[in-house]
Amino acid sequence: MTATAERPQTTIFSRPKSTTGFWSWVTTVDHKKIGIMYGYAAFAFFVLGGVEALLLRIQLTQANSEFLTAGAYNALFTMHGTTMIFLFVMPVGAAFMNYLLPLLIGARDVAFPRLNALSWWIFFFGGIFLYSTFIFGTSVPPVGVDGLGGIDGNLAAGGGPGSFNFLASSPDGGWFGYQPNAGPLYSPGTAMDYWALGLQILGLASLISSINFIVTVFNMRAKGMRLLRMPVFAWMSTVVAFLLLFSLPIIAIALFMVTADRQFGALFFAPTGGGDPILWQHLFWLFGHPEVYILILPAMGIVSEVLPVFSRKPLFGYSAVVFAGAAIAFLGFGVWAHHMFASGITPVAQAAFGLATMTIAIPTGIKIFNWLGTMWMGRIRLTTPLLFAIGFVAMFTIGGLSGVTHSIVPSDWQQTDTYYIVAHFHYVLFGGAVFGIFAGLYYWFPKLTGRVMSEKLGKTQFWLMIIGFNLTFAPMHWLGLQGMVRRTWKYAPETGLEPWNVAVTIGAFIIALAIAVFMFNWYTSKRRGRLSGLDPWDARTVEWMSPNPTPEYNFAVPPVVERLDHFWHLKYDEDEEGRAAAKPDMDQILSDIEEEQLNPRAPIHLPNPSYFPFFVALGIPVIFYGIIYHTTMWGKALIVLGVLITLSSLIGWSTEPLEEPHSEHADPDEGYAHEPAEEVMPS
Amino acid sequence: MTDLVHGEAVDHGHPEHESTEVDNRKLGMWVFLSSEFLFFGALISNYLIYSNRGGFEGVYPAAIYDIPFTSVSSFVLLMSSLTMVLAHNALSRGDQNGTKTWLFATASLGAVFLGGQVFEFTEFIVEYDMALTTNPAASAFYVLTGFHGIHVAIGVIMLLSLWGLARRKEGLSEKAGLNLELVGLYWHFVDIIWIVIFTVVYLLSTVPS
Repeated sequence: MTATAERPQTTIFSRPKSTTGFWSWVTTVDHKKIGIMYGYAAFAFFVLGGVEALLLRIQLTQANSEFLTAGAYNALFTMHGTTMIFLFVMPVGAAFMNYLLPLLIGARDVAFPRLNALSWWIFFFGGIFLYSTFIFGTSVPPVGVDGLGGIDGNLAAGGGPGSFNFLASSPDGGWFGYQPNAGPLYSPGTAMDYWALGLQILGLASLISSINFIVTVFNMRAKGMRLLRMPVFAWMSTVVAFLLLFSLPIIAIALFMVTADRQFGALFFAPTGGGDPILWQHLFWLFGHPEVYILILPAMGIVSEVLPVFSRKPLFGYSAVVFAGAAIAFLGFGVWAHHMFASGITPVAQAAFGLATMTIAIPTGIKIFNWLGTMWMGRIRLTTPLLFAIGFVAMFTIGGLSGVTHSIVPSDWQQTDTYYIVAHFHYVLFGGAVFGIFAGLYYWFPKLTGRVMSEKLGKTQFWLMIIGFNLTFAPMHWLGLQGMVRRTWKYAPETGLEPWNVAVTIGAFIIALAIAVFMFNWYTSKRRGRLSGLDPWDARTVEWMSPNPTPEYNFAVPPVVERLDHFWHLKYDEDEEGRAAAKPDMDQILSDIEEEQLNPRAPIHLPNPSYFPFFVALGIPVIFYGIIYHTTMWGKALIVLGVLITLSSLIGWSTEPLEEPHSEHADPDEGYAHEPAEEVMPS
Repeated sequence: MTDLVHGEAVDHGHPEHESTEVDNRKLGMWVFLSSEFLFFGALISNYLIYSNRGGFEGVYPAAIYDIPFTSVSSFVLLMSSLTMVLAHNALSRGDQNGTKTWLFATASLGAVFLGGQVFEFTEFIVEYDMALTTNPAASAFYVLTGFHGIHVAIGVIMLLSLWGLARRKEGLSEKAGLNLELVGLYWHFVDIIWIVIFTVVYLLSTVPS
């Protein structure tokens, strides 16, 4: 990185200069700014997905409701699932990893800062591409397909009066896109193409960032930060990166096959031409099951950071927690067919996959008992982050237990396609992942802003959310066992399902209220929250040795790590009875660290911002729009245009050095000053 | 801890890391290629599933393979791995002329292989009437070998870019040597995948009865 240039560099664009404002965000390669953008984008999609869920709930509150047509209902549950999984939980995990992974391992940035910006922009354009289906897409009912005659009219998304007509352009084949329903015969129109190609773009973003994080963890750790001294969140990020690395190519192939079927007349999944729809299910779930661990493991990592800090005890069984995380990932590749027990796979396969599914409970149980062991006999401080972490453990355990019931095949046959399944996966993904995400947001908010979020509002949000959550999803267990089926827009009054459905809808709106409280808390705390100082939580890990808000260079002096929980050991000694005792000069130690970290002794080389990641990413959706309309002149022109944008930007990228030679030395006064709280947020 | 607080031992800007001692970019390429194995693994599995299934209408790919022809083009692609190694070897000896020659040879052999694939596809479509839309086995064949071809084409573009850089007066720098190694890793990967495809898809395929 210190190579001197032999001659002036010529590139397409001059080097971006701005350090604040719009262009600084477009051109940044700083992992923290990228993390913040990921976070805000993911949260915006969370709100969209939430609104979609509320519309679904309004429809289901009454028996035989006419609020939505069947087609609009299909569109909404498809986009709700797709949004929450690919545009909320995955990118919010990426937000945490981006912001925190380098800090947790004591590094100044990720291994490939520009690739990091590239993954973010590809994700961003992928999300826009997917949602642009509401403007450009078409979802027309199949015409003249046998067996659909009677309900044809209702299948048109915009069919009935008073329906949401813009949903006529939305994908409606479910987030799982089962074939042949989502194929060219039963889903003509372009909406499912937007879905398949949109996921393809999002997968590309995740693949690039997984490579980046793996190399970062293996090559960028601070001195002394051995692998088994890394915080658990860094470990879980690594495991997630490997899961992404090995599962994304499979869904990429599956989605390419769908696109080949839909756009170019291939016959992979068309039963009429000999294609095999079950193959889609295998490929989808071979990705899809590792995917659920991709969603939950970051939250497990967050909780493993939060519980020890607020229990004032080290994590119970650190290495067991780490290895259990890795074991979950390994087993996660061998259980996919438990999503397919009702698809006619052989009894031997059912037994094997049922047993394999049960073994997942072992590493998961190890983790849960280790979290309980961490809190046991701890001196607990019931702060908002800890409340959410406890909420995670409790709700995730319920979801995990109902998950074990699915591994018993005859029981699963009863539960398949009922609300019991919906209850299960919301307990693990909302009660689990989302509670963990909120624990992390409250815990690490000071790193972003130098301020602490309001505890009063935080606790209000927690209690609203845990009540609303259980009111929403607990009754779905019994609704499902009573036979209420998923993905169906109506139920008859004589089924007696209405009372619990009313409760569920009330719960859903309480969750919405909790999210509103969170947004208000975030907004006000960012401006007027209590200042956090260096170490607001009496934390254990080295990211808290960097000042709050985090300076651009992370660490003026990178930590030299001597053991697990290095930061905590700087502050505490053992007394005669072997108990932890704060060092008498703890305040002095902390202010020395802050002083040291705030004042770099010499200018710090950081990668320079660049225009190219943005423009390389910009070309990709253009190509994909072209593929959807490839039969027209415009489509072909778009493909050529997109390839030109991406290729020329790649050439510019490869001729631009990561770091301008000696740019800092030229003007040493223009150092990396400690940024005030307001400027850390995008404006 | 004294080190930490007083910072004397730490240089500015380029701290020591715990690391694998493998260059970031090289490690990144290895990690990427490990993902690519799954990519082609899924494609080859698809092909095997469909090509072993009987009862499709139209021509099966296995019925019309021209094994002698594909053997020759496979040989050409394998030889390109040899020339790739020779290019790398030449650069590490500081032999700029040799680097140029062997880089161009590798790209050319890759291009010859691609030409062979274009010829093969054309023959299958025109002579034997087997298109992407004929049956699932044909779909799987074209998507598998098509994606391999795209990988070869990207490799050829990267090789030609390196060749272009090597043709400048100053030749390839030591820093670019790593680029050449990265392209080499990718190129060998593409070749290894072809060995699997040629064996499993071409040589071991039979038409199901």
